[in-house]
Amino acid sequence: MRLLDYFRSPRRRGSAQKAKDRLQVIIAHGRANRNSPEYFPQLREELLEVIKKYTKASNEDIKMSLEREGSYEILELNVTIPTTDTK
Amino acid sequence: MAKIVVVTSGKGGVGKTTTSAAFGAGLALKGYRTVVVDFDIGLRNLDLIMGCERRVVYDFVNVIQGDANINQALIKAKQLDNLYILPASQTKDKDALTQEGVEMILESLRETFDYVICDSPAGIERGAYFAMYFADEAIIVTNPEVSSVRDSDRILGILASKSKRSVENMEPIKEHLLLARYNPKRVKDGDMLSVEDVQDLLDIPLLGAVPESEAVLMASNRGVPVVLDGKSDAGDAYTDAVARFLGEDLPHRFLHYQKKGFFSRLFGS
Repeated sequence: MRLLDYFRSPRRRGSAQKAKDRLQVIIAHGRANRNSPEYFPQLREELLEVIKKYTKASNEDIKMSLEREGSYEILELNVTIPTTDTK
Repeated sequence: MAKIVVVTSGKGGVGKTTTSAAFGAGLALKGYRTVVVDFDIGLRNLDLIMGCERRVVYDFVNVIQGDANINQALIKAKQLDNLYILPASQTKDKDALTQEGVEMILESLRETFDYVICDSPAGIERGAYFAMYFADEAIIVTNPEVSSVRDSDRILGILASKSKRSVENMEPIKEHLLLARYNPKRVKDGDMLSVEDVQDLLDIPLLGAVPESEAVLMASNRGVPVVLDGKSDAGDAYTDAVARFLGEDLPHRFLHYQKKGFFSRLFGS
């Protein structure tokens, strides 16, 4: 068994890194939505649609978060627009 | 005034009851009057893990419904004088839990004990909700595996938004990570999330990693908390975790794979 492991394709090893990468994405996503109001996911989707309508920014270029500061909530929208492609 | 500590995880089968029993016994060994409360109404198992299943007469729900008083329902552990358990009901439905009932029981336990350990059921329903609601501290039991880590994160979100401390804007629940079923060999081979990975992901302080161990199954077979069942890696890891919980600064012993030498292979341990 050990000997066989040695010859096993390297693609099958190191699955822990894959697990960590996937969890990082899903946990960050979960935390972003944790204390946000119910309309937030919908608002997020619609804003993404609008941004994508005018630019070639993809989902990964758009970061959106809701921060709480005292009695205010700050919606932060960060879009990296690829330069050459205003439609 | 006792501290209320919830042992929770979201996912089932990760080692909550084993951890609750080990922490109960570990704290009692350190001289604290400790009670472990089983919140898994309808699926009680703490009594079995702690070896007092044949002495259950009254349970949690009996006390809530006024059929028995708290002292009639508490069972003293055989092995230690200052360790008690409050069994869950096996027949009643989890709807028998009420906020007032749970609060009444926990408040009366607070007066006589130093630590009240609440063994949460899996899931995020009623039993799990009441187990965490009144907590001062939380032990999040996690396995180094994707679904367990995700569920733990979800539970952290619930502790931060639905517990009494969060609802009433008090100081937040103190959170501790306990990694169970840890296999340093598989971590070294790159096929299991490491302690550092899980800590990065969940971002809460680590109480300890308990190695995957035959000792846990054997202790449960015998109905003895693993810290009391002779010397074992898992037992030692829990003993260290309890000491860290109480504020001691101990080095972690079971995080890294040590290749066994010829003699230790021959003579064991």
